[in-house]
Amino acid sequence: MSSAPISQHSSYHKKVARSRATSEPIWIRWLLIGITLMFLSLFLLVPLAAVFTEALRKGFDTYITALSDPDALSSIKLTLIAAAIAVPLNLVFGVAAAWAIAKFEFRGKSILITLIDLPFAVSPVIAGLIYVLIFGMQGWVGSTLIDHDLKVIFAIPGIVLATVFVTFPFVARELIPLMQAQGKDEEEAGLVLGASGWQILWRITLPNVKWGLLYGVILTNARAMGEFGAVSVVSGHIRGMTNTMPLHVEILYNEYNYAAAFAVASLLALLALVTLALKSFIEWNVERNAQQHEQSFN
Amino acid sequence: MSIEIRNIRKNFGSFSALNDVSLDVPSGELVALLGPSGCGKTTLLRIIAGLETPDSGSIHFHGEDATARQVRDREVGFVFQHYALFRHMTVFENVAFGLRVRPKETRPSDAEIKRRVHELLELVQLDWLADRYPPQLSGGQRQRIALARALAVEPKVLLLDEPFGALDAKVRKELRRWLRRLHDELHITSIFVTHDQEEALEVADRVVVINKGRIEQVGSPQEVYDHPSSPFVYQFLGNVNQFQSHIHQGEAKIGDVGVKIDAHHETQNCAALAFVRPHDIEVFKERQGDKPVFEAVVSYIHAIGPLVRLELKRADQEELIEAELTQVRFRELGLVQGEHVFVYPRNVRVFLDKSA
Amino acid sequence: MAKQKNVLPGFNLSLGYTLLYLSLIVLIPLSAAFIKTTELSFNEFWAVVTAPRVLASYKLTFGASLLAALINAVFGLLTAWVLVRYRFPGKKIIDALVDLPFALPTAVAGIALTAVYAGNGWIGSWLEPHGIKVAFTPLGVIIALTFIGLPFVVRTVQPVLEDLEAETEEAAASLGANRWQTFTKIIFPAIWPALLTGFALAFARAIGEYGSVIFIAGNVPFVSEITPLIIITKLEQYEYASATAVAVVMLVISFLLLFAINGLQWWSNRHVSAVR
Repeated sequence: MSSAPISQHSSYHKKVARSRATSEPIWIRWLLIGITLMFLSLFLLVPLAAVFTEALRKGFDTYITALSDPDALSSIKLTLIAAAIAVPLNLVFGVAAAWAIAKFEFRGKSILITLIDLPFAVSPVIAGLIYVLIFGMQGWVGSTLIDHDLKVIFAIPGIVLATVFVTFPFVARELIPLMQAQGKDEEEAGLVLGASGWQILWRITLPNVKWGLLYGVILTNARAMGEFGAVSVVSGHIRGMTNTMPLHVEILYNEYNYAAAFAVASLLALLALVTLALKSFIEWNVERNAQQHEQSFN
Repeated sequence: MSIEIRNIRKNFGSFSALNDVSLDVPSGELVALLGPSGCGKTTLLRIIAGLETPDSGSIHFHGEDATARQVRDREVGFVFQHYALFRHMTVFENVAFGLRVRPKETRPSDAEIKRRVHELLELVQLDWLADRYPPQLSGGQRQRIALARALAVEPKVLLLDEPFGALDAKVRKELRRWLRRLHDELHITSIFVTHDQEEALEVADRVVVINKGRIEQVGSPQEVYDHPSSPFVYQFLGNVNQFQSHIHQGEAKIGDVGVKIDAHHETQNCAALAFVRPHDIEVFKERQGDKPVFEAVVSYIHAIGPLVRLELKRADQEELIEAELTQVRFRELGLVQGEHVFVYPRNVRVFLDKSA
Repeated sequence: MAKQKNVLPGFNLSLGYTLLYLSLIVLIPLSAAFIKTTELSFNEFWAVVTAPRVLASYKLTFGASLLAALINAVFGLLTAWVLVRYRFPGKKIIDALVDLPFALPTAVAGIALTAVYAGNGWIGSWLEPHGIKVAFTPLGVIIALTFIGLPFVVRTVQPVLEDLEAETEEAAASLGANRWQTFTKIIFPAIWPALLTGFALAFARAIGEYGSVIFIAGNVPFVSEITPLIIITKLEQYEYASATAVAVVMLVISFLLLFAINGLQWWSNRHVSAVR
């Protein structure tokens, strides 16, 4: 339920020369462009600009002070930790799932694909809730954990788990269609030439899907660092301890400390812009490669 | 290395891809597996390579049972139909791959790999493409790189799946002569799959004709072309006229015409199919003594090229007969469309219709 | 489970790991929600999930999600059309920015939208004199849900529109159709499945949304309180079983939507390949 897989993006920006018969009068064209730009401005550009304006409203010094506050720094640290654990975990899972699904035939495959998509369909709040049910005080294993002095809920492990859940499908979703489209000829060729399974994976399969992989990782990372609902439920909002950046934004905002809230928010907005830039770069690359293929075939 | 295939069976679901197939391939031969698409020839090739596992039966390499051997231990070279070159590697790295993935103890040094790869690239006459990537090559070039890559691991057997299938007609002809020459140089036991009879007959030492998961005939190109052992082989190899007929004591009755054949002397009144190649059809303007001839009308003349193709409509039936004449003979006869002629089938081969 | 007719290695390992990880992270925790509700009798369960305040939240959540998805269907189609068919300065940047709602953390979106649409905000201060209050009303909820669902329709319709062959439109024109007829009779039927899929995706995403909504909604019970917030409120009061009961209702609806969307995508793909 995220964006379409990268393979579909590659056909963007195809230049089609249109004859007059299949185009609209110029005034309709500009009217449609105008309405679109208006809509996108109201919903995308203005809010984005507001984040940076509000962040700098009280001057650059306040901005820096807000970011160098120890609680802010610890929230940045926790966000980075959560992403640093969730991304590799889901990366390994995505590769394993795509390998099984794309290279082999087995019964129940389409059910498995649907199940992998499940976390996209689940409200982030519910994603947090289910971990509270299991690891919370009254949870299935919560009391056992407390006996051993292990805290999951209202602690870092809970935040990591919730983050893993909400970013669960991203890499797998990118890789499965890509690897299905590539077939298994190259892998079989590697096998005949004497390569082992790991050699095939590292030297043939992964290099072939590197852009899709990177795409998935970027989406996973963006969501991991920005997740709010799920993390909010499991974190307990303990300042300087279990606050991620989005949670810190909420606390500051609810304390009417708008400048500081928007300062931290501006970092997350920057992250989003970097994500979009990388995403466009990858799409551009894939598209260019596809064009090279086409040219050489002609 | 010789290959012995024993009683191989393979089903995909309820579809029987191979049904009790046995075949011997002597060392050093170039063998074609020929058949229509879906006949099981590619499955057989992949089973020999170890890319598929048979449901039953066994494969022996040089007398040793290799059925359970892993693909990577079989020492086969496989050239895929669509080449399966590694897209993200240069031509050089593609060819070097098989050497680089060897375990440390048996892996050649970098210098040795470099030498071997360039040797192979020279062999396929593409040394100048070493730094290119597969998408930058033409179809014929990719094919030759795929071959060089397969040869790099010094396989005992070379297997090629529709090696010329994806190429256009001109490149195809060039490449198959080149493959023949290469085989004569290297003498490595080779099996290739094709659906193109011309290709099989031109390149191979021996042709294995496969239909519906069974081997129909094995023989030299001459044998299978001149003496097809079944109606299927007759129809699949080259153009042929087919007639419904009756056999009675060494004579085939086609319509009202009786043709003597040198077989089936004991057979009593049995339905059969009779086959005659177009170039075995003789055309005359008048009756030739007691030669059994059909009366026919010339309905179409195609006179481009060294051979003239005639479509003849039999007088006694609606059936069309196809004939091929040399230009010389055609001019001698001076035939025109609509002309009445007499047709003599020179070389008739009959197969009894066992269902009747 | 599998009948393996494939010589590539690693099937058991990769499928085994996939199933293990899927079970540990997703399936077992989700089943916890269903098992937890069994602590309630059916009557208790029914009382919780049909309490007036909860019912009001369903109405808001589903109503606002539906409206937001409709807005996105209209403007998403328009955006996809303009991005595919027309050329104008800054097009590539706009195209990239469409994905902003995927990339921007929801909390940031929430406070940004609130700042813009509040009474003293850039747009809010301009709307308020006309009697239109956005922030802290159901209208605010719709705005937030429109924001987070914006990319779905664009990104599902865009590729289909790209792949439409100009020839079919030229054929329509040569047969005497005007531009509007060509659009309604040729183009729209071809993109309809994708449009519906994008609509369903935006709707499904909106139903579960939390972060971007709570800041702008004001969260007034019976007026602007969404269902996910009800769950949070119940959790904060340690009413785990009743929180879970409401969650289960949402989960069931989400799963049904997921299956509907998978079906739609299958239909849509088939439709596209049939059109080709």
